[in-house]
Amino acid sequence: MIILQVRNFSKTFTIHHIGRQVEAFQNLNFTLHKGEFVLVSGANGAGKSTLLRCLYRTYWPTEGKAIYRSCYGLIDLAHAADIDMVRLRSEEIGHVTQFLHARPRVSALEWVAEPLLHTMAYEDALELARTWLRDFGLKAELWHAYPSTFSGGEQQKVNLARALAVPRRLLLLDEPTASLDALARKALVDRLAQLKAQGVAMIGVFHHPEDVAHLIDREIQILAGPDGHIEMDEDR
Amino acid sequence: MTKNVALLNGVNTHPFQSLDLHHRHLLPAQIVTTKPLLQATGLVKKYGVIHAVSNVDVLVYPGEVLGIVGESGSGKSTVLRLLHLEDQPDAGKFYFDVSNDQSLNLFELDRAAKRLVRVFNIGMVYQHPHLGLRMKNTSSGNVAERLIVAGNRNYAELRLAARKSLQVSEFPLARMDDLPSRLSGGMQQRVQLAKAIALKPKLLLLDEPTTGLDVSVQALVLDTLKRLQRESGVSMVIVSHDLGVIKMLADRVMVMRNGRVVECGLTDQVLEDPQDAYTQQLVHAKL
Repeated sequence: MIILQVRNFSKTFTIHHIGRQVEAFQNLNFTLHKGEFVLVSGANGAGKSTLLRCLYRTYWPTEGKAIYRSCYGLIDLAHAADIDMVRLRSEEIGHVTQFLHARPRVSALEWVAEPLLHTMAYEDALELARTWLRDFGLKAELWHAYPSTFSGGEQQKVNLARALAVPRRLLLLDEPTASLDALARKALVDRLAQLKAQGVAMIGVFHHPEDVAHLIDREIQILAGPDGHIEMDEDR
Repeated sequence: MTKNVALLNGVNTHPFQSLDLHHRHLLPAQIVTTKPLLQATGLVKKYGVIHAVSNVDVLVYPGEVLGIVGESGSGKSTVLRLLHLEDQPDAGKFYFDVSNDQSLNLFELDRAAKRLVRVFNIGMVYQHPHLGLRMKNTSSGNVAERLIVAGNRNYAELRLAARKSLQVSEFPLARMDDLPSRLSGGMQQRVQLAKAIALKPKLLLLDEPTTGLDVSVQALVLDTLKRLQRESGVSMVIVSHDLGVIKMLADRVMVMRNGRVVECGLTDQVLEDPQDAYTQQLVHAKL
């Protein structure tokens, strides 16, 4: 079953104060099936993370469509009403980034539990959050501390626990293994394998794709052409 | 189903591309079937020759937090005062609780009816506590006042309800009988918040609620607001200069300049991929 169908997808940034337009990628086409794991590869600056952000609507796609099969029916992520995107982000589409955006004065445990509170009681959410933090190897003495004081790797563990604790249909993974130690990396890969088996569709950018080599069904390579245009090639 | 097939085949063309950056947020939702809690259209407010607000539309869904940002004098607080029914606009309509078929244009109500809507449905937290609190009444008295207006006259019940409301807003209860003038800025904001939420309104309007507070108090107030929103499902419209505050709280954000909305969208999108030239300046000016 197709979960996501991307057609003629383009992103161009307009920078008003210098009066310039910067093309990130042009005319991407691909599909993503239920339970499929797609690796996005390409050189630095090719637009890999930009693609994920356009799908999550952190960036406005300039042209094209991204038809997503939600629980509620088909919806074009490129043109969906903002309130629909708020709903999809809270219930179906997860975006794991390299950067932690925790609110100040909120403990790691509560930060992970917060998105769970839509569907479960406070104590149950905390219990599940503890399980996820334990799985990713965050030391228990840090659970009640503020994540802004953590190391990069510890912050990433909090990020991952928060993003993956909520059940998703589509996961956008932007370098989720960056700055993780070997143990946490293994825990993450095991979790992703479980989610894939459960039918979660995933599209991701990985600095070390060998970590997830056994999960990859297909690779989408974004190539920068000689004239600065981006082409796309589906390898497998 | 036909519509779904059309979407996959690329037949369905969306009117979105032709919409300006303001009106994109008024696109009909496809998967959220709940009707908006607040729908204000074509708001215009003039002060003499000054157009404080020109043709502004505001849409807020139940449980949603809408942020309004912009430079001083852009009309943010005027919009908030219009939504709080404190000022009468020169033009515009304001429907509240749209799911109710009896919904009326609130601007057409008389003064007494507007007051009732304010008391029971819309809470307000001002930047300056003296606008929202009676400085010669105790903190608990300020909160109880809202309940008295709603008809409660039993002293014990009033005190208990005021206490509960102050507790929810994380006010130190040992100070509940102190005058607001003897409290710190952060505590005064919590009293205002307790008063605003005393009757469990559906909508909370916040005008620069953390401006002037030190950063640690600011973080605590933000956390209280976030928890309140999560637990009670109250919708919020929050005006702030501070993009960090908006980023932490708002689902969507509206950018205003010279009384007009120049851009509206998901908070992370507006802050990370602003489309309008002014929004780009505003975001890049953030320290």
